[in-house]
Formats: sequence, C-alpha cells, structure tokens
Amino acid sequence: MIEIRNLTKSFGSNLVWKDVSFNIEDGETVAIIGRSGCGKSVLVKHFNALMYPDSGEVIIDGNNVFELEYVDLRKMRQRFGVLFQGSALFDSLNTFENIAFPLRYFSDFDENEIKKKVEDALDMVNLTGTGDQSPAELSGGMRRRVALARATILQPDFLIYDEPTSGLDPQTSEEINQLIISMADNLNITSIVVTHDIHSVLKIADRIAYLEEQSLYWHGTVEELRKSEDRILMDFITASEYQIRS
Amino acid sequence: MEALEQFGKYSLLLYRSLRSLYEVDTYRKNLINELLKIGYESVPIVLLTGVFTGAVMTIQTAYQLDIAFIPVSIIGAITSESLLMELAAVITSLVLAGKVGARIATELGTMRVSEQIDALESMGFNSVSFLVLPRVLAGLIMFPMLYIFASVSGILGGLVAGYFSGAVSPAEFMSGAREFFFPWDVTFGILKAFVFGFVITSVSCFKGYYASGGAEGVGNSTTQATVLSCIYVLLADFVLAAVFL
Repeated sequence: MIEIRNLTKSFGSNLVWKDVSFNIEDGETVAIIGRSGCGKSVLVKHFNALMYPDSGEVIIDGNNVFELEYVDLRKMRQRFGVLFQGSALFDSLNTFENIAFPLRYFSDFDENEIKKKVEDALDMVNLTGTGDQSPAELSGGMRRRVALARATILQPDFLIYDEPTSGLDPQTSEEINQLIISMADNLNITSIVVTHDIHSVLKIADRIAYLEEQSLYWHGTVEELRKSEDRILMDFITASEYQIRS
Repeated sequence: MEALEQFGKYSLLLYRSLRSLYEVDTYRKNLINELLKIGYESVPIVLLTGVFTGAVMTIQTAYQLDIAFIPVSIIGAITSESLLMELAAVITSLVLAGKVGARIATELGTMRVSEQIDALESMGFNSVSFLVLPRVLAGLIMFPMLYIFASVSGILGGLVAGYFSGAVSPAEFMSGAREFFFPWDVTFGILKAFVFGFVITSVSCFKGYYASGGAEGVGNSTTQATVLSCIYVLLADFVLAAVFL
C-alpha cells in the first residue's frame, strides 16, 4: 500500500498543491485527474521520490520514501514501473535493447533468457517482431507500448502511467486502456494512472483522485463519482464529450 | 545569488560523481564509448588544429624575427615552446569545447527534457554514475593524449611550413626546438590539458543534466555549456600560469 500523507509542493513562490493525503491499496487502479498544469505528474513523481515535497510523507511498507538512503531508495524505485508521458525510450537503443535494458543491469539472466523475456514482453503489448526498430521509426502508440513493456519487464509491484492515452487516436487509446486493464489483472500490479481522459478513467479505474484548487479536491470510487452532485467535479467531468449519466 | 546556487548545484553534481566511482559496472560501457567519442573521434580535428597552429606560428615568428643577427633556429624554439606550453593545450581545448562540450550538453539536455534521465532514475539507476561520471573520466583521460597529438602535429606543421616558406630548414628548426626543450614544459602542458578536460566535460555535463524547457532549453544549455567552457578554460589557463610559472 502507498500512503500519501499531507504532501505539499511548491516551485519557488508558486504553490502546486498542499496537504494532499490519500491511500492506494495493493492491486487497485487509481486514476489521478485534474486540469492541465494542476500538478498530477508532479504528484506521482513523489511516489518513487523522483521529486521531493516541501513537506509531507509517502509511506511504502512502513518506510517514508523521502528518508531512505540512496541505496535503499534505488531498491525501492525498482518496485515501480513508470510509463512516462513522452515514453522516455532511449533513442540510442532499438526496441529490443530498450526493453532488455533493465534486465541487463538488474537481473542475472543470460542472453537467451533475456531474448525470451523481451520477445514475450513484445508479444504481450502486441508488437511481435519490432525488436530491431528504433524508437524514431515507431508511431506514438507503439512507443507507449514499448515503454509499457520496458516498465513491466522487471515485474514491478506498482505501475505509474503518466498520460498514457494523450495524443493518441481513440482506437489506439482503447488498445492502451485494454493493456492497462490486463496488466492490472494478469500481473496483479497496483496501477496509478495520471490522465484527463475521462473515458479512460471510467473504464480502467477503481478509485479516482481529483486535484483542483491546489489540493486534493475529491476522491472516491467510480460509482461515487457517478452519483456525485459536486458542481466543480461535474463541470470537469462533463467538460469532456462523454456523458457519464447517459 | 543565482551564481552561488549554480555553483552549489555544480559542486553537488561533482560530489555525487565522485561518490559513485566504485559503481564500475554502471559506467564501464559508457566510459569506453566516451573514450572513443572524446578521444578517437577528435583526433582528426586536433591534428588539423595542431598542424595549422604550428605552421602559422612558424611563419609569423619568421616574419617578426627577420633580423640578421638572430639565428633562424630560434624560430623552431619559439614555435615548439609556444605549442608545448600554451597553444596545443589551449587552442585544442577551445576547439573541443565546441565539439565535445556541445555534444555532451545536447545529449544530456535532450535526455533530461524527454524524461530519459527520470526513466533511468525510476529504474533504480544512479543517473550521475551512468551519464556524468564516464564523460568526465573520459575527458580527464583523453585530453592529455589529444594535447600530445596537437603538440606533435603542431611541431611537424611548423617544420614543414618553415621549409616550404624558406624561413628555416628542418635541421635548424629542430635544433632550436631541442635546445630550448625542457621536460617541465610538457608536464605543464599535460597538466593544463587534464584541467581543461575536466572543466569542459564537467561544465557541459552540468548544463545538460539540469537543462529544462524543451528544445529551446536544450539549445540554451548547449550555448551556455560551450561559452562557459571557453571562458573557464581561459581562466584556468591564467590561474595555472600564475601558480606554476
């Protein structure tokens, strides 16, 4: 379980959010939603201490990640897989090597085992046979899927998706949504999805955290969201073309 | 105030690099890669710079010393001494500040703004050990070697230019060069190259590693890395001369 307690973050004099507190239970999929620039990506970068807050704690298995020694912090980070907004594939490596990269440094597998694992990972994200292609040769959706294969290759406990469907066409977005669902179901991964794609949220999330007015404005289950009468929350949700009450 | 903050961040980055020296497995492959990029791939431009610097030095010295009672062998002495003590290290470093420094800052800057550095950290990598340390180590190792290449090619360039311009024969050129040769001059030149290698690679790594703001940010970081590297090379050159001569 990830416990987020009273997190406050600012950049210089600009407050991003304050006193953000909620829990993420093992095995669940939590969507973090909010307007562009409200600090969703900044928030999830605190979960594995890629960023540090002004105050507050993130507790994983009883340890505050911000107090870990660097060696322990790196071990803790290996429990996370992260799908970055722009995929963050290493452009000097081809698809195969991008996925094999964590295995080469953090596992004892020999070359044959690495080959098998990478091919399995490519199959899982429906990209069989693309190992030789460079990231530049892949479409946006394919890059996301390669990044997803890389993020899960070490079988992490937690998987962070930062805007997994932004900039993708509806059909490719749907494929990514299905992958997120199958990752959570088949690998029993705790998923944290940053998005403002309400269609995706309703499809994949167990619970939702809504950032607004520089704080965690609302959080609850999808069912609670459907029943909510909160005007600000509903304004955000219905701003998309998707009508949740229809 | 901002300059102090920048210096603090730079010092911290160097400290983190130093502290990860023992993580050889993390940076070994990148170190070999960087030795080739900084060293091997820079040899042609270094040789070219050396040859022309030596040639111009010889011709200009001959022009300025066109006085009957001064032996022409002094041209070889002045050219070789100038190259060994100053020009081979400084001019080579200024050229490499553009070639090596710009490449490092652009590479790391692009990795930063496209979240590749975050991706490394999120996998549990020490990104400083993986990206910064091998580049700085390669600079420390390869710049002195490139200095030697520049010195030798400069002296040869001077010798050939002296011969073809009719200013000084190869034998007289080498006689002057040998007469005024002191081993300390080479040691001093190597020391300079070592310091310049450190300055260029560390400043460029710093600017690239902390780049922000997309393509424009990477462009700014690259420009700053190149300009600051040149300025710090000249400053370091003055400090070394003041301290050791």
